[in-house]
Amino acid sequence: MREVIINPITRLEGHGKITIFLNDEGDVEEAYFQVPELRGFEKFCEGRRAEDLPIITTRICGVCPVAHHMASAKALDAAFNVEPPEPAKKLRELMYCGYYIYDHTLHFYYLGGPDFIVGPDAPPEKRNILGVIEKAGIQIAKEVIKHRAYGQKITEILGGKATHPVSACIPGGFARPISKEEQREIEEMVKSCLKFAEFSLKIFDEIVLKNTSYIELMKSQSYTLKTYYMGLVDKDNKVNFYDGKVRVVDPYGNEFVKFSPEEYLGVIEEHVEPWTYVKFPYLKKIGWRGLIDGPDSGIYRVGPLGRLNAADGMATPLAQEEYKRMYETLGGKPVHNTLAYHWARLIELLYAAERALELVTDPEITSTNLRNKPGEPGEGVGIVEAARGTLIHHYQLDENALARKVNLIVATVNNAPSICMSIRNAAKGLIRKGNVTDGILNMIEMAFRAYDPCFACATHYAIGQMPLEVEIYNSEKQLIKVIRRDIDGRN
Amino acid sequence: MNVTPQVRYQTPYGELELPEFYDTVKTLADVVDVDYYISGCPPPVPRIIDAIEAILSGKLPPKGSSFLFNKAVCDECPREKKDRKISSIKRIYEINDDFKTCFIDQGVICMGPATRGGCGAQCLNANIPCTGCGGPAPRVSDQGAAMISALASIITDEKVIDQIVDPIGTFYKYSLARSILRRRVMHE
Repeated sequence: MREVIINPITRLEGHGKITIFLNDEGDVEEAYFQVPELRGFEKFCEGRRAEDLPIITTRICGVCPVAHHMASAKALDAAFNVEPPEPAKKLRELMYCGYYIYDHTLHFYYLGGPDFIVGPDAPPEKRNILGVIEKAGIQIAKEVIKHRAYGQKITEILGGKATHPVSACIPGGFARPISKEEQREIEEMVKSCLKFAEFSLKIFDEIVLKNTSYIELMKSQSYTLKTYYMGLVDKDNKVNFYDGKVRVVDPYGNEFVKFSPEEYLGVIEEHVEPWTYVKFPYLKKIGWRGLIDGPDSGIYRVGPLGRLNAADGMATPLAQEEYKRMYETLGGKPVHNTLAYHWARLIELLYAAERALELVTDPEITSTNLRNKPGEPGEGVGIVEAARGTLIHHYQLDENALARKVNLIVATVNNAPSICMSIRNAAKGLIRKGNVTDGILNMIEMAFRAYDPCFACATHYAIGQMPLEVEIYNSEKQLIKVIRRDIDGRN
Repeated sequence: MNVTPQVRYQTPYGELELPEFYDTVKTLADVVDVDYYISGCPPPVPRIIDAIEAILSGKLPPKGSSFLFNKAVCDECPREKKDRKISSIKRIYEINDDFKTCFIDQGVICMGPATRGGCGAQCLNANIPCTGCGGPAPRVSDQGAAMISALASIITDEKVIDQIVDPIGTFYKYSLARSILRRRVMHE
């Protein structure tokens, strides 16, 4: 038996680790994806003041703090039994659109982009944001940087800080109105972001969809999983990031369940494995059948493709057109091709910009009516769609409004079982007779990069290259080969 | 059920390992030799620029110094401070904020007096009290103790202290690992 370990270099602590066991023929016997870290947020939030929870939980992630801030704010609204006034909700959602703009831009161009703009089998030193710039041109690079910064700036104006915002930590409200001047500033940025999102979809058409080998890869068995899908929808079953009910569709695309935030414990259960710190959520009614896909397995997927599959469409006109085009191109709903996450992400980028424009031009948006009086502290669940998928915060507060119990189901956790399966399938499809090249390892990485998992954000350096170390053992456990890639992309 | 993750686990194909946990939280300086600090969560962008400029020009301050300012968040805060005595502690959602008056004057705990500035009082500009992410103010070794001392000097009555809920979480949100309380109380 041989063992292949794909592990980030040790100086980057606590990220995903892939261990692949080969059999005597050199084919993949089994592959394990481990999350070797446990942050403990649920535990150390206990005893903290309610209003501190939207501040503490942002620190779960430096890329998606706005998602935690908002899920937390909504959990507090529910726990204090108070609805924010409409203008406060609109400001929260506008800030949330700013977050989607920067986060989806970051993933498409910096993290996932190198794989399909530069190419999955391009040499590692080209497979990074600099390679993207080389292929797409410096002018485009400037646009990418500018619009990511716009998303951050919108979040900063509304949230107080671009990273770890603070303004929604008041149950039933929003701390800060915007001036007419700020409204105009945001409107200008959002208009530009809308053009940029359309342009990004054009790039996807020209560079990705016209590349037949990439399309073949997208449609291959190695990158296909037939699972359930989950996402927030509005009253018309259109994708919504900030509010609504959670809808789940089965692997054939039929509605399986639609539930309100406070009902989540009746729908989702979590399975624990002894070899990883991440929990594996699944649909309670279907049950846990191990790491397998199909209608009899309770595993579901979240994130851009999960949301688009779980909904009936997009609530804005341009995004709706793109939504239709994606499903027509890929052969109808639901789409099970994991690499289509990237396409879905760009459609959502367009929706975020369109929705932001609706909100910022709303006559109510500069209103100062931003707070309703909270009731007595109790229990509450808040659900939003983080960029990476459905995010659940559940708090029980005591009579002093201190947290008694905190349960968090974080976006990437929902996808953890599918990420394990995608990595295993890619490994099985790509590694044959012990042939492990650098290109194959990148294609295994592509399997999880499509989900934009949170741990990858942490391990991706600005240059967009995840450091890897691969060790191959023979059946006597002797190290026979080491493939190593450093942060700068060199082998 | 009751499955818990194991440091070593034998699968049918081979052994998998997970890292163990420590029983304590260390500060950065406990682990590495720190050249300079840019505190804040996250560090303010203008202070990162200051640091890069200092590195590029070679005009670096003495080793161990901070790139934040040598003043407290209060010194950057636009709110009016009248140094009122306070007779009760309020929570942020319990006041009718006028967007102008110092939070502490309104009875809401704000970590501004005990926290190092350089952030431009960003949270205060968003009408939210400082929670202390910049770390201890200049010449302060224990951020929480400094805040407790600041509050003690303005309360009208000792009984006000009883209204402070979760004092450790509030005063040491970011700095417990380098406080005088560190590891004084250990639960079995």
